Amino acid sequence: MNNIPLIQVENLKKYYPQKGGIITHITGYTKAADGVSFSIQKGETLGLVGESGSGKSTVGRLLVGLESPTEGSVLYKGKALSEMKKREQKEIRTDLQMVFQDPYSSLNPRKHIYEILAQPMLYHKISTKDTLEQDIVKLLDMVGLSKSVLGRYPHEFSGGQRQRIGIAKALSLNPEFLVCDEPVSALDVSIQAQILNLLKSLQKELNLTLLFVGHGLGAVHYVSDRIAVMYQGQIVEIGEAEKVFTSPAHPYTQALLQAIPGGDLEKMRNEHFTAGEMDK
Amino acid sequence: MGKRSQEEKFQEKKSREKKIQENTIIMESYLQTVFRRFKKHRLAMVSLIVLGILCVLAILAPVIAPYDPNAIVGDFGAAPTKEFWLGTDQIGKDVLSRLLYGMRVSLLVGVLATLISTVIGVVLGLLAGYFGGIIDMVIMRITDIVMSFPYMLLVLVAAAIFRPGMWNMILILGFVDWPGIARMVRGNVLALRETNFIKGNIVAGMSVPHILFSEILPNTAAPILVYATSVLALSMLDEAALSFLGMGVQPPTASLGNMLNGAQSLTVLTNQPWLWIPPGLLIVILVTAINFVGDALRDALDPKA
Repeated sequence: MNNIPLIQVENLKKYYPQKGGIITHITGYTKAADGVSFSIQKGETLGLVGESGSGKSTVGRLLVGLESPTEGSVLYKGKALSEMKKREQKEIRTDLQMVFQDPYSSLNPRKHIYEILAQPMLYHKISTKDTLEQDIVKLLDMVGLSKSVLGRYPHEFSGGQRQRIGIAKALSLNPEFLVCDEPVSALDVSIQAQILNLLKSLQKELNLTLLFVGHGLGAVHYVSDRIAVMYQGQIVEIGEAEKVFTSPAHPYTQALLQAIPGGDLEKMRNEHFTAGEMDK
Repeated sequence: MGKRSQEEKFQEKKSREKKIQENTIIMESYLQTVFRRFKKHRLAMVSLIVLGILCVLAILAPVIAPYDPNAIVGDFGAAPTKEFWLGTDQIGKDVLSRLLYGMRVSLLVGVLATLISTVIGVVLGLLAGYFGGIIDMVIMRITDIVMSFPYMLLVLVAAAIFRPGMWNMILILGFVDWPGIARMVRGNVLALRETNFIKGNIVAGMSVPHILFSEILPNTAAPILVYATSVLALSMLDEAALSFLGMGVQPPTASLGNMLNGAQSLTVLTNQPWLWIPPGLLIVILVTAINFVGDALRDALDPKA
């Protein structure tokens, strides 16, 4: 592990001020992320799990620059995002992309798919007018859609198809790093596996680095090389996916594992697994 | 009729599906889509045609008006005849000619005032909603101030300061009508800014003008248009009111408003209906047609409808 990790997060904090009182003032802080540190090597998939409100989505948003951290830093290829100049930031902007949770709101309802995919590519000069159609067809091919989708509007598609389009949109800018913010939790169970498989194969094919945020341990385990477990804004456990899954060290992870319904659990469970008290 | 239109709908859907199956890309632009949907509203299409005809008549007024609108050409207050299709007013000016010129003025005032107030409102609303913070604060306080003034008083004071006249009235109405639009746009932008597709565009590094005008604006276009059509109707009515108070279009020049207000006495109302029915009817037709078009546009702009 001598080489610099693609993404390195150091003591990342994000506090949201809470306002209240008769004369509005800050009464306290919601600590969405409270000293999070981890690193992701190129080509690796890190799964980030935790319950709702544990701050896992906040970490994802901090990584792609949708929010700025209260404290701490995100290093991309060894360089802090916050210390980069405007021009540098613009250059790496396309390297960090995101797949959103809700495929129903992640596409502009008033544009057809062609426009949705073409505009960012043209803006960043990733494609030119001459090669655009070819590039878009190639992109659709990668996510398993046919060319006929281009003239249609987002509402004409099912959730799974929309998520494929969302993935295509994120991939259109040739990113190095992809944050998947619960990409399957809004989808039918039958579709979830398809999208997970798609992500997994794309990751291999394009040598992508992934941060897979999710609250379903099953899905996260399926795609991740390593898993980090978040609880109340902090990472309580991080390690090899198999290890976290089969022999969780932290009681919260154990509780999470117990919450998986179905038979898979029985296979994965081992003798270390105790009935989950969640005392922390 | 309902059955037939349903059948048409079905046929259209079928042909669309066929094209999709044939793997051809149906690439109609957004405007084409909007127009295709708009055409389905028969009432709105009729309204659009009526508006078109009236606009042409208004624009061509100097060519088609039989008389000079400000010249005294006939008897005082004469009923319609072959010579004067809509009669003459109390001082012997041809009503038809005045009506054509008056419509010109009313439409011009309405359209320009609406355009000014919509542009101001949309730009300020977008800026306030998207950037938030101090910019939002300053813009919204100005909006509140403009909104809290008694509307008519503000217009009257402004008219008194800048001398009454058509162009000043256009500017005054334009600069007074925008707060409603600004507030509405701001509200919509606040909601849209939190949606994933806008965030996706921020992550994709798209420029702020692109996000504001190409992503957010089209999604608030429907309420803006509906609001604008009501502002258009209102400004035409305001023009009438201002002209009546002597602060709008000055008397020799005709406008639908001052024609109506010139026919205020009871004797005119009962004995000389040709003085008030045509301009009154014209205002009603214009306002109704504009509202129908606005309604249909709102439906046509929504791809989900």
